[in-house]
Amino acid sequence: MYDSLVPPRRGVTGAEPAMPTVDEPPREAGAPRAAEPPQDRLAAVAAGREVEAEVHDSVLAEPPVLEVDRFNLWYGAKQALHRITMPVPLNKVTALVGPSGCGKSTLLRSVNRLNDLVQSVRITGDMRINGDSIYDPRMDVIELRKRMGMVFQKPNPFPMSIYENVVYSLRIDGETNRAVLDEVCERSLRGAALWDEVKDRLQESALGMSGGQQQRLCIARAIAAEPEVLLLDEPCSALDPIATGKIEDLIQELRGQYSVLMVTHNMQQASRSSDYTAFMYLGRLIEYGATTDIFTKPVLRETEAYVTGRFG
Amino acid sequence: MNSDRPARRIRSGHATLTAHGEPWVWLTAASLAIAIAMIVGLLVFIAFRGLSTFWPVPLERLTLADGRAVLGEVTDREAAVTATSQAVGHPARRLVRTGDFDGTGNHYEWIDDTAITETSRPEWATVVERVEAGRLHGVPKRMLHGTEVVAEGPEAVWAAYLKEHDAVRTRALRAQRIDKRDRGELQRRLRAARLAVVQAGLDAGPASERAVAAEARERALAEEIAILDVALDEETARLRGANDGWAIEFETPSGGVAAVPLDGIVRAWQPNRLALGESLSLYFSRWGEFLVDDPREANSAGGVFPAIWGTVTMTLIMALFVAPFGVLAALYLREYAGRGPITTAVRVAINNLAGVPSIVYGAFGLGFFCYVLGAGIDDLFFKASLVADGQPTFGTGGLLWASLTLALLTLPVVIVATEEALSAVPNSMREGSYACGAGKWQTIRRIVLPRALPGIMTGLILAMARGAGEVAPLMLVGVKKLALDLPVDGTFPFIHPEREFMHLAYLIYDVGFQSPNSQAARPMVFTITFLLVAIIALLNVAAIWLRSRLRRRFVAQQF
Repeated sequence: MYDSLVPPRRGVTGAEPAMPTVDEPPREAGAPRAAEPPQDRLAAVAAGREVEAEVHDSVLAEPPVLEVDRFNLWYGAKQALHRITMPVPLNKVTALVGPSGCGKSTLLRSVNRLNDLVQSVRITGDMRINGDSIYDPRMDVIELRKRMGMVFQKPNPFPMSIYENVVYSLRIDGETNRAVLDEVCERSLRGAALWDEVKDRLQESALGMSGGQQQRLCIARAIAAEPEVLLLDEPCSALDPIATGKIEDLIQELRGQYSVLMVTHNMQQASRSSDYTAFMYLGRLIEYGATTDIFTKPVLRETEAYVTGRFG
Repeated sequence: MNSDRPARRIRSGHATLTAHGEPWVWLTAASLAIAIAMIVGLLVFIAFRGLSTFWPVPLERLTLADGRAVLGEVTDREAAVTATSQAVGHPARRLVRTGDFDGTGNHYEWIDDTAITETSRPEWATVVERVEAGRLHGVPKRMLHGTEVVAEGPEAVWAAYLKEHDAVRTRALRAQRIDKRDRGELQRRLRAARLAVVQAGLDAGPASERAVAAEARERALAEEIAILDVALDEETARLRGANDGWAIEFETPSGGVAAVPLDGIVRAWQPNRLALGESLSLYFSRWGEFLVDDPREANSAGGVFPAIWGTVTMTLIMALFVAPFGVLAALYLREYAGRGPITTAVRVAINNLAGVPSIVYGAFGLGFFCYVLGAGIDDLFFKASLVADGQPTFGTGGLLWASLTLALLTLPVVIVATEEALSAVPNSMREGSYACGAGKWQTIRRIVLPRALPGIMTGLILAMARGAGEVAPLMLVGVKKLALDLPVDGTFPFIHPEREFMHLAYLIYDVGFQSPNSQAARPMVFTITFLLVAIIALLNVAAIWLRSRLRRRFVAQQF
């Protein structure tokens, strides 16, 4: 399949291939562009050319909680994200899809600046959470991360009791009031649909739980601090179908209360759980719109090819 | 399809064997079996030799062809090597512990089987463990009190011995205690007063008010102590007077008579008459003495308590020093330091430090801790002692410097083990913590350290095992052949980290190879070795127990 993605050789004459025109006349969303063969944009991306993202108006109409603004990221000399510009709507679930290595997780980890931990990372552009610049040099990264919650691919409960896991973010803030901690613990575990399963063994080690329970515990931990954005990095990839179903139900319940930005490899999951879907390819945003539009009537054939499983 | 195409050819039986890998199973299994056999063999050998030292062995009376007779424990036998060697004078022979040091100057004697005309086990043959000059083997003849004969004949003497010995021995020990402890205490007070005078002279000038006052105090103390001394003299004289004259005469195998003062007998037993229960009680009483008493007779008899104390204390203090330093250093190296050539160089250097011969650390400890740091401390705080009698306090080997030296020696072990433990903590846990808004130190303290603790403990166990068994550096920085003053006692300020101490591992070397009568001390070598192994095992078991508790708490199975 990837054979078709091999970039065309540049002409020996040295003439640059024509850039795609940026100032195309606005078209109606949902009408696939018939003029281009489906893989052209992807080939152009693979060749390293600029490709304008196709962002639907429905996304732009929503009030954003997070705005990614012309964001570029390099690992050493290798550029992993190219001029990503996308708003993430408030209190909606937004899914990031795309083939492996397309930069979904990198984008997600850039939101709470976990990429700062990687020495060779360099960025340009900015992101804003509720209007505050994330990459402002004056921004305290510790305070920033407290405004977001994150759940990782593999459940990563801490080596302590279930209770302490949930209230971890309060503990590091120095909260010692038992009543507050108890209240947050119960609310978060209820929010993560875990309370009934673990309410009798809160003081037991979290490492003794099943994988699905551990992942829901991680979600409880992430929502304990009332985050402005919840970042989910393939939260179900290490779980069996039953546990996955429970997590998806949970995401449905979180819908409307939290702004969720979720990376997933599972097209069904994206279509079931999310309000908006962004398709990324090789570090570039290709198309971004309401989930129903992306899955039923995408603007680009490339998007259709990907979401229907014809490549990737 | 070609039907007569040959089936896949098997090249040789050889290839199959290699594929199945049977020889490798044998080879690896055999290596493990040999390793286990060596370790178990070592432990069994040491345990057997060490545990049998105190078991009472029958005394045999051997009458020799030349008319001599010896009474002793047969400790070893040697078969004639060949007929030829027998002809040239190497017949089968046995090693006898004669206990006749007074007569022959030897504790042991090889006796040819051909020279023995008669063997017997006299019922009343007695082993007498004396305070001085080792053992005596003989048959009790008379018990004397002054010129009066209290009892005569083995049975009566033995009964009288059992009746009188305890009281006499108690009095002797009390007198000894007064001499050693009470008089020692007086001497220490006197010395402290004298040092105060010197110190006052150093601080304020020899003719100053302070110096004069200190001198007056010293004189007053000297007078007071002189009075106390007289009282002690009277007390010891009374105790020793009560013991005077009590003695037992033993008939030695050669027919002579040896008189032993009763207060010079530590214990006596008659191995040929002992029932099993009595043997056991004797065995454990000797073990008890070994574990809680001070050594006698150039460490070849008595107990090893100061050495046990020194070994355990030094190991624990060492662990106390090395654990925080090692863990903090490893934390920086693994968690904070950037990846780069300098970090790599430091890591390689630390690994290399683990391979430096231990005596090098000893030389460093002596040269730096004792001669630089210690001398500096002496100069600042203990100058009086230096000036008054040229005696360094911290400027010489001692428990503190020995512990520090060993802490330095074991530091690489702890750092390397801690680094491994830290790198084994999954990165996902760190990221999870950061994502919750935790800072680096919060993450380390709450997530990384608890999770790595069992691994860190493993490193500490290894370090303690290595440190407890180290001898070479200790010889330079504070271990002594004999140091009865423990570094913790009832004398102000109660903890004396500058004192020299005894150590089991050094004691093995000293007793076995530096003792004036190493042959008599040889059984002790194995007993001390066994004890050292047991103590290290005990320390390790305690640490492993602690680690398994931590592991249960922090590192349950994933999924």
